[in-house]
Amino acid sequence: MKIILHIWRQRNADDKGRMARYEVPNVNEHMSFLEMLDVLNEDLIAKDEEPVAFDHDCREGICGMCGSMVNGVAHGPKPGTTLCQLHMRFFKDGDELYLEPWRARAFPIVKDLVVDRSAFDRVMAAGGFISVATGSAPDGNAILVPKEDADRAMDAAACIGCGACVAMCPNASASLFLAAKISHLGLLPQGQPERHERAVAMVAQANQELFGACTNIGECEAVCPKEIKLEVIARMNHDFLLAKLAGRGAAEEG
Amino acid sequence: MELDSKCPTGPIETRWDRHQFSLKLVNPANKRKYTILVVGTGLAGGSAAASLAELGYNVKCFCFQDSPRRAHSIAAQGGINAAKNYHNDGDSVYRLFYDTVKGGDFRARESNVYRLAQVSLNIIDQCVAQGVPFAREYSGYLDNRSFGGAQVSRTFYARGQTGQQLLLGAYQALERQIGAGAVEMFPRTEMLDLIVIDGHARGIVTRDLMTGKIESHLGDAVVLGTGGYGNVYYLSTNAKGSNATAIWRAYKRGALFGNPCFTQIHPTCIPVSGDYQSKLTLMSESLRNDGRVWVPAKKDDTRPASQIPEAERDYYLERRYPSFGNLVPRDVASRNAKAVCDEGRGVGGTKLAVYLDLRDAIDRLGKHVIKERYGNLIDMYERIAGEDPYQEPMRIYPAIHYTMGGLWVDYNLMSTIPGLYVIGEANFSDHGANRLGASALMQGLADGYFVLPNTINDYVASTKLEKADANNAAVRDAEEQVLQTTSKLLHNKGTRSVDSFHRELGKLMWEYCGMSRTAEGLKLALSKIPGLREQYWREVKVLGSGEELNQSLEKAGRVADFFELAELICLDALERNESCGGHFREEYQTPEGEAARDDAHYSYAAAWEFRGVGNRPDLHKEPLTFEYVHPAQRSYK
Repeated sequence: MKIILHIWRQRNADDKGRMARYEVPNVNEHMSFLEMLDVLNEDLIAKDEEPVAFDHDCREGICGMCGSMVNGVAHGPKPGTTLCQLHMRFFKDGDELYLEPWRARAFPIVKDLVVDRSAFDRVMAAGGFISVATGSAPDGNAILVPKEDADRAMDAAACIGCGACVAMCPNASASLFLAAKISHLGLLPQGQPERHERAVAMVAQANQELFGACTNIGECEAVCPKEIKLEVIARMNHDFLLAKLAGRGAAEEG
Repeated sequence: MELDSKCPTGPIETRWDRHQFSLKLVNPANKRKYTILVVGTGLAGGSAAASLAELGYNVKCFCFQDSPRRAHSIAAQGGINAAKNYHNDGDSVYRLFYDTVKGGDFRARESNVYRLAQVSLNIIDQCVAQGVPFAREYSGYLDNRSFGGAQVSRTFYARGQTGQQLLLGAYQALERQIGAGAVEMFPRTEMLDLIVIDGHARGIVTRDLMTGKIESHLGDAVVLGTGGYGNVYYLSTNAKGSNATAIWRAYKRGALFGNPCFTQIHPTCIPVSGDYQSKLTLMSESLRNDGRVWVPAKKDDTRPASQIPEAERDYYLERRYPSFGNLVPRDVASRNAKAVCDEGRGVGGTKLAVYLDLRDAIDRLGKHVIKERYGNLIDMYERIAGEDPYQEPMRIYPAIHYTMGGLWVDYNLMSTIPGLYVIGEANFSDHGANRLGASALMQGLADGYFVLPNTINDYVASTKLEKADANNAAVRDAEEQVLQTTSKLLHNKGTRSVDSFHRELGKLMWEYCGMSRTAEGLKLALSKIPGLREQYWREVKVLGSGEELNQSLEKAGRVADFFELAELICLDALERNESCGGHFREEYQTPEGEAARDDAHYSYAAAWEFRGVGNRPDLHKEPLTFEYVHPAQRSYK
């Protein structure tokens, strides 16, 4: 089948950028979306045109490196699926697809479809951990975790940090990302001592990074490739409020 | 060169303890005077960088991805082994040690493997404390499952995402140190050379992948946790960015390369569907617990699976290995799949696949049970292959998955260049000729959390190093070489893309140095690779500039290294005239078609020394001795 692509091309952060139209003939239905882009890039190289830059690594839907907007939807039309796991059999001959990078003030564009998501790392460095030095842990079975808590912590911990939630949110809020980590650690007994400070510190850093505020729209949940539920945001708000009421953490208002 | 493994002697149970006591320490207040460069942020590199910073060292850490959380350890599915014996089923440190030495087909050091089994206990504790959401029983205790190559239940897991959760644990520990200012992190930064001053590893040359800036970073020791080299084969289960450049450039600076031909093929991957294929996806081997592997009994049978009657199906693993059946080890399952496809009995459009059929298990247990056990794997298969495994059998085929070989290191994990440490899959040390399932995660974290942070002190404390000078000739020379290579690639004015060459190399390697190898095939590959490499340098086309994000340029440098490494893999495979683990030479097999080791002549680790591109490297041998686990032929009949 033939696919018509309109792709955002931008040389670097200073360039204004524009949409460019490409045709990819002979798309095989078994190709992944990124394999189709590989084929396009090989064609471009043959024509001495610079290939489209896009981030990707594992191509198994777990590293979180890939992603772009496909016709306005982060990671494209198939729910619970990263761009690398989306296959061309979900499209039909002649489809026109518009590919754009994640757009958020906190994610500056590097080139074409590649953005800088280092704000996520800084949010994690602010408090997304349990402070335990190597070697100081008790026996694994000394900390009992009810199965249900472990399962819910795992549901939240499945976040791959791709940034689709931010890209899809009209406010460019990172709440689903933040809340997934705050919930993962806050649901476990090991995470209790730092639970409130963690919520305050991570939210404060996210504000500093200029992610927007959450207004419970739910676009993030709809596009999350790991299907993380909005419930985690409620949990984050709970922890944050309790911390504020108790006067813990010294951050600006979230 | 005399290879000194520095392995302790005496009773194996106390070797690591006694060795640790013999190592020199660095006063905590003095540690901040030393800078350690850690390259790679997977389970090994990430855990090492965090742990070294906790100890007080200045750490600079590098990864080529946009965040340290993306390293390919993240894709590991199954689990991590630890000899906790929580199930009272007869497990012990000694048994894990025994299983690993035997599983590695007696080509690993006993001392290293025993230590690995010992620290496996601490790893689980550490990860639990970090908040890794391991699977739990209803009582709240940790759950385990069993895995290939073992008769006990010692594998800890977090759904099908164990690697992801362990990596996030290490990443979080690392981010904590970054936040505290103890680690300076350089994402999207690729190591392109090692700086050796007066015989000691003192720094690295890097390229900032966003700006193209070539820069040197100097310090007191360098740690490589940069993963394996499976992408030499182009199609593998590795991430697209996984590469051998860091270890290869270190090799060219004098570090010896151990057992390059020990590569592991995973039997259950989703098969290639066409020429555009960019990578292969693994399906956890746990599926072989309930799935039955078969092909049509007749050649060129084009009927769909459902129309092939029972009598015309060949369940070849059950037929050939009645006691282990579908659960034979990875190498055996892989070779048999290749054999039936070579006979023309492969299935699917390409005829390079076999069926893994859940039908009988669904009939026996019900669909809901199978869904509960393998639901996420089955969904993944359906997403990729577009077929429903509840209705028709999955098609699978072996693929390159892991490399046991890597830079040679001693018991302290130091390479033959003083001050250069190599950890995780990047080194050659613990798995011998074949790695058992759920042991890669164990080794990465053992090295990073518990071994390296103990052994590196000894080097720092006992080595008198001048402050490294950025104007030193060795620094200038390394930078100059990187600049030259980059410029050469950019100004080549060639006609072919990097990927087209990489695919060609991959096909050649898979054909002649893949699942089974022959002297004739290896000689043919060795005669073809140098020509292809020269053609690459003449004809490769890299567009764009060096002063910005340029993904073709990144790939071009990595593929240039793969060409050289491919030659070494073939050479090592040709030199090793025996079959062992992942290295199967067709000339050396038992009458039943199993791998035939030659302990009299090949019970050694091969360590290759670089002698210039195109020149034959020198082979050094580290003899392996077995005091505890006595070599025997592995049998799974």
